[in-house]
Amino acid sequence: MNPYNIYISGVGGQGIIKTSIIMGEAAMKSNLSVVVGEIHGMSQRGGVVSTQMKIGDSYSPLIEEGKAKLLLAFEPLEALRAIKMINKDSYVVMNTAPIYPFNLRQSEHPYPELSTILDQLQSQAQKVIAMDADGIAKKAGHILATNMVMLGAVAAVPDFPLEKEIILASMKDNLPEKSIPINLEAFEEGFSFCSSSLL
Amino acid sequence: MNIKEILTGKEKDKLFLMGNEAAVRGALEAGVAVASTYPGTPSSEIGNVLSVLAEDAGMYFEFSVNEKVALEVAAAAAASGLRSFTFMKHVGVNVASDSLMSVAYTGVRGGMVILTADDPSMFSSQNEQDNRHYARLANIPLLEASSPQEVKDLMKYAYQLSEEFEVPVILRTTTRVSHMRGVVELGALEKPKTNGHFEKDPQRFVPVPESARVMHRNLVEKMGEIGVLSNNSSLNESFDNGSQVGIITSGSAYNYVMDVVEEYELPVNVLKITFSYPLPEKKVLEFLENIERVLVVEEVDPIMEKEIMAIIGKHQINKVVHGKIDGTLPRIYEYSPDIVLEGVGRMMGLQMPVGTDSSSVELPKRPPTLCPGCPHRAAYFEVKKAAEDLGLDDLIFPTDIGCYTLGIEAPYEIADYLLSMGSSIGTSCGFSKATDQTVVSFIGDSTFFHAGIPPLINAVHNKNNFVLVILDNRTTAMTGGQPHPGLPVDGMGLEAPEMSIPEIVKACGVDMVEIINPLSVRNSKEIFKKALQHDKVAVVISQYPCMLIKGKPEKGKNIIIHIEDDKCTGCDTCVMELTCPAIYTNEDGKIRIDPLMCRRCSVCVQTCPEKAIRAKKIDNKRGEEE
Repeated sequence: MNPYNIYISGVGGQGIIKTSIIMGEAAMKSNLSVVVGEIHGMSQRGGVVSTQMKIGDSYSPLIEEGKAKLLLAFEPLEALRAIKMINKDSYVVMNTAPIYPFNLRQSEHPYPELSTILDQLQSQAQKVIAMDADGIAKKAGHILATNMVMLGAVAAVPDFPLEKEIILASMKDNLPEKSIPINLEAFEEGFSFCSSSLL
Repeated sequence: MNIKEILTGKEKDKLFLMGNEAAVRGALEAGVAVASTYPGTPSSEIGNVLSVLAEDAGMYFEFSVNEKVALEVAAAAAASGLRSFTFMKHVGVNVASDSLMSVAYTGVRGGMVILTADDPSMFSSQNEQDNRHYARLANIPLLEASSPQEVKDLMKYAYQLSEEFEVPVILRTTTRVSHMRGVVELGALEKPKTNGHFEKDPQRFVPVPESARVMHRNLVEKMGEIGVLSNNSSLNESFDNGSQVGIITSGSAYNYVMDVVEEYELPVNVLKITFSYPLPEKKVLEFLENIERVLVVEEVDPIMEKEIMAIIGKHQINKVVHGKIDGTLPRIYEYSPDIVLEGVGRMMGLQMPVGTDSSSVELPKRPPTLCPGCPHRAAYFEVKKAAEDLGLDDLIFPTDIGCYTLGIEAPYEIADYLLSMGSSIGTSCGFSKATDQTVVSFIGDSTFFHAGIPPLINAVHNKNNFVLVILDNRTTAMTGGQPHPGLPVDGMGLEAPEMSIPEIVKACGVDMVEIINPLSVRNSKEIFKKALQHDKVAVVISQYPCMLIKGKPEKGKNIIIHIEDDKCTGCDTCVMELTCPAIYTNEDGKIRIDPLMCRRCSVCVQTCPEKAIRAKKIDNKRGEEE
């Protein structure tokens, strides 16, 4: 099977690595081959974080440019930075809540308008699902559940190779027990947002 | 997954593991009795996992003071008949290299594995040196892993190899292997043998000139035998597609090669080298026999490429070698499937599909920065203000390795010179002798223990004049918060004697030693001024715990820091000089503080020229503004 390539990008501290572990273990439980590439270290301090995941037959976790079937972007600027990874058949799931770079005031280039980011992505992808995942997570009970809103949305993307129930089981294995109810609600909210925006 | 499953997992179980976690499982399956490290990305998680599991596994683990000591701990354990494991980032091997060269001569009794985690593309390092050179320099065997499963399996094999020939073995990973996750099928655990005994044999374990000459001859002989083993090893595997063109590759680069060979159904033969030093000469010759040209794909230096050229020259055969030397592939940075595809295309004269850069918008960068409430930010601010008050404008800021190196970015710009761990102090000695400029040097607590003490002794003895700021945040922060000798806890989480930094500094002969709380801005600035006026080495220890290990602020639970709009003149001092990630300008141009990010350090409250930033009590216990 040709691998299903997922490029995940965002900012240190958004729970991106945890999200990839949950998906990776769900793939393993589904008896699918899976590899994930991560970068740790300096990037944790508010820098760019990206992970790359291939579900299916592959050797390296690194995705060729234009070969990601799904771009999962936890932050709008980081979605646009990753645009070279997608193609006209790709889905993009994007959190619209911005995190401004700390030195934006010294920056040569301004933070792009959200509408510019969406236009650019829409012109390159099959479908962009954009949502305020931070807001949805807060409504579900805690901002830290943002990553589960994103994960829920991914589970509703057409052709996504993992079953929702298996993702949920893997989520329960990887999160602290007392946080499960909030994370579950966040997941379901993300799932239904994505489902309804695909109608 | 619970981390303990790395120990409790049964044979044939499958776990989804990072390369570093797989290394731990490999150590447990090999019955390692003693493990030691100094934390460094991309190897750090090996130590983090061992510190949790070691006690239950019945083995000993320590965070050593530096990599040289870590290697020496492991060498002595192996000399005593135990299996030992030492692991470090690539530049850590530089620190350990003096003893590494000798343990190659003395050899081992119990198996000893040295894992080096290299960092092509320098995701978190000062260079991208290729540590496969160390296997050649020390003349000991080298294995290269390409996936978490291989890391685990090679760990076990490395111990057999090490014990059979009584030599230490290097296992090399790269960032993409250490931080790659994949499905790993577990093997059986082996209970470690922990009661070592050292049988004396000075002719073997004390390399003075007379004995060292014998040791070197023995080592060269052993490596000859190991070369035969490498030739016959199934770890070096070839895939014959009946082609006239071949690729020889190793480690992570092998993954990229296979991804493009399979995706584009490229008609090439592939030789995967895992037993990488001694390079299997016979196997390379056999592989070359049926092809006309070969592409060598390796990270980072053209090491195999040159050795393959030497094999071709020695046997006077006529083959074309492509790789880094002829420019078919880049000489620097890590590879990727895209880069390998381009290289293969260049060699075969084919036009390969390449991705396009499809955004026309120029984007702002997002460099990493000091966390909200980080005590280093306050110390940096105070040093600059103290120098300003004294009218000093020509300062040199030698810095060191840790989170505080992030002071390189604007607006701090307080990192001028860096070589390696501990170099802040040694280079300050040089700057203070070579120039009339004022030198203020920064080093972290863990780095001070690692390599800061001998240069401080040097500074005092040689009558230097500079200010050394020890940024003591009570942890090894950049690598994820490991303990160090200044803490009352050791690598296995057990109680340990706490070494006092001020006492060590005083014992080094420094006559001005001050301790500050960097979050107290005015006092700290006055002490920095005093230190700047001292005419010898002055040490200021800036003591406050890292906000990441400190946890949520308890005392200030019902307090938020906010901006009083009627007082704020929009002077931007807080935004432009502190550059705290919690302080931002909203859509209306008003300065705001994000209550979820803010750690109530109150440095902005103390430094606002208009006194417009205030602490305010709130009822909402989640700390959100109404």
